[in-house]
Amino acid sequence: MRKLIIISAGLFLAAIYLVFFYAPVESVMGIVQKIFYFHLPLAFTAFFSYLVAFVCGLLYLVKKESKWDIYSAGSVEIGVVLTTLVLITGSLWARPIWNTWWTWDPRLTTSLILWLIYAAYLILRMSIEQESKRATFCAVMAIIGFVDVPIVFMSARLWRSIHPVVVKSNSIAMEPSMKLALLLAMFAFFSLWFALFRIRTSGGFLLEKIKHLENRIMEK
Amino acid sequence: MKNLNFLVAAYLFIWSGLFLYLLFISGRQKKLGQKLEMLEELLKKKG
Repeated sequence: MRKLIIISAGLFLAAIYLVFFYAPVESVMGIVQKIFYFHLPLAFTAFFSYLVAFVCGLLYLVKKESKWDIYSAGSVEIGVVLTTLVLITGSLWARPIWNTWWTWDPRLTTSLILWLIYAAYLILRMSIEQESKRATFCAVMAIIGFVDVPIVFMSARLWRSIHPVVVKSNSIAMEPSMKLALLLAMFAFFSLWFALFRIRTSGGFLLEKIKHLENRIMEK
Repeated sequence: MKNLNFLVAAYLFIWSGLFLYLLFISGRQKKLGQKLEMLEELLKKKG
């Protein structure tokens, strides 16, 4: 665990160096474009969180093993934190460039819907007492909620949008030095994701052990 | 350096958000660990 956090910290330091001292300042947007190097990896790791939750949700429904519910719940929680940061950084980037904090653009709207779906998942989780019922409902919601992820990804391509499309089907439309900084930031965020996921899910397993012990104590 | 304040604000939100979340889940895990130890001791006492 400690190794993963150290690797992640090292990658972040290298990414910050590349973002501020290696990648050039974008000619139209200026210095504020540097938000992009963390905004995009935040979005990609958030999508990855929901993909993991979707797969674990499916596995829970098939196998009925509580570990898949723990993985799914942990992944959604991390995803919601990351999506919150995506929306905040996006808004801070939009204000100087689009002259507004928020606009009902397809990409922004579908992203907000994504956040609302998974925030509702967390609320649903807190509101159901019975474990198996909670796990089943949440697995179904993680699966249905995932439908919005490809919609968010494709929204700026399918509909008229002012949101830029950088990652295309066969390339990343950027200068090589910018691409390198972005890739390193991407690696840094994925390593952080795995560290957060391990901490979060180990907490879930501890809670399961506690409940098991409490039941044993009650029986005695 | 136009709009530098927006860049600084965005980075502040990212780092403080991630740091607070890391702190939150680590704290929760620590509390659960302590509770587990306490219950294990209680179970031993009960035989």
